[in-house]
Amino acid sequence: MRGKTLNIVGATGRAAIRFTASVGAWGSLMQQAIRGLRTFGVWGRLVFDQMRRIGVDSVPIALFIAAFTGVVLALQASYTFTGAIPLYFVGSLVGKTMIIELGPVLTGLALAGRVGASIAAEVGTMRVTEQIDALETMAYDPAAYLVLPRVLAGAVMFPAVTLLAAALGIVAGWLTAIQLLDMSTPEFVKGVEIFFVPFDVVFSAIKAFSFGLAVTSLGCFFGFHTRGGAAGVGRAATSAVVASSMVILVLDAFWAAVLL
Amino acid sequence: MIRLRGVHKAFGSKVVLNGFDLEVPDGATVALIGASGAGKSVVLKHIVRLLTADRGSVTVDGQEVAEMDQEALYLLRRNVGYVFQFAALFDSMTLAENVEMGLRRIPGMSRQEIRRRAFECLELVDLGGLGDRYPSEISGGQQKRAGIARAIATRPRYLLYDEPTTGLDPVTTTVIARLIRRMREEIGATGLLVTHDLKTAYGVADSIAFLHEGYVRAHGAPGEIRTSRDPAVRAFIEGAPELMEAVT
Repeated sequence: MRGKTLNIVGATGRAAIRFTASVGAWGSLMQQAIRGLRTFGVWGRLVFDQMRRIGVDSVPIALFIAAFTGVVLALQASYTFTGAIPLYFVGSLVGKTMIIELGPVLTGLALAGRVGASIAAEVGTMRVTEQIDALETMAYDPAAYLVLPRVLAGAVMFPAVTLLAAALGIVAGWLTAIQLLDMSTPEFVKGVEIFFVPFDVVFSAIKAFSFGLAVTSLGCFFGFHTRGGAAGVGRAATSAVVASSMVILVLDAFWAAVLL
Repeated sequence: MIRLRGVHKAFGSKVVLNGFDLEVPDGATVALIGASGAGKSVVLKHIVRLLTADRGSVTVDGQEVAEMDQEALYLLRRNVGYVFQFAALFDSMTLAENVEMGLRRIPGMSRQEIRRRAFECLELVDLGGLGDRYPSEISGGQQKRAGIARAIATRPRYLLYDEPTTGLDPVTTTVIARLIRRMREEIGATGLLVTHDLKTAYGVADSIAFLHEGYVRAHGAPGEIRTSRDPAVRAFIEGAPELMEAVT
């Protein structure tokens, strides 16, 4: 019994040490990337390409998720409110939820899968095929060349995609309300306007900004530390998605506690 | 001159270099031979600080590599061309773009100059017409040649070759060996060639060092190594593990 307890304590301790070491290594990579800011010539021209790959190419999946979320929110709100609360509150629920919660979180989780895995796999493949070593031998700072453009692009494009998705979610909710529910456009708009405050948009953008930083930096981090060929690349991609998703949920709670 | 003195390197409990000494004089080509996994590539990585020694000294032109600041390190790396074992070409770029990568780090080079130099380098390795191809669209031998073109683009003073003929057929191996000789003649670079391909080592090197159990067990002219009576060297040259048993 005592031996078993000691084993559990030992395993927990080792896991804690590994976690702390990983956080330290992530911090070190980010510090290196920040130092790379002064070498604009290395990373500057790469940012726009990454903005396209991380942001523009992610728009279809983000909008797809947001549209169906808006539809479901409107239908479920109507189902819950009918007979108890005026139906125009459907607009309030759809608007508020899409802007401050489901827009950023669902978009963040979708992009954690799409963008985080893609970055980890790409950078991981570069690591195991010595392309990162090759960069270093050609006097490039890999953090400036690989990490910085991706993280900056993520920080800019996540809020943009999120706000677009939230807007489409609200439009989908409105179309559902006027087509499938017994509501008019003025009723839906009234509901949206009642609880809307401009800060909601800022709050949403702040969350999405932090999700963008987390997803891209973790993708780069797991890619950079890839070992063991194709299987290692697969592990890096999986780890990036899992870690990004967890960090998104933690950040979601953090921002709600701090800013609301 | 590249000089390694008493270099020790271990990965965890595995000791790879154990008092490794080697000098590569200016203008010479030295081949470092040894069994697979003996640590030959590890030696090369110390020279451009992809790895740092646990103990010992690695100097290039008298400067301690481990003590260089970032600027000095980048300057060193621009003076060293590194040919990777599996070419390590950037797979999202064409061959021309691969060769241009190192040139973009040279201050003051115009786009036209970069483009022209990249084309010249590809011509030099007989890949002049393939600049627009991606690495996945060419053969293994062509990838190795493209790797050499990329390494020589910045006109480095030193060229490090990491197993440049591994996995190639005999004809392509000879092509690469001739190319290595040509690089020395045309750009005059000092070379360190890591290989376990003895034919290439005999053909291109001024001297050959034999790495065994983390240190240079034998070092001499190709003829001296070829006729060495050291059982470890003989075991390696003759591919006779039973001779190695006598050493251990």
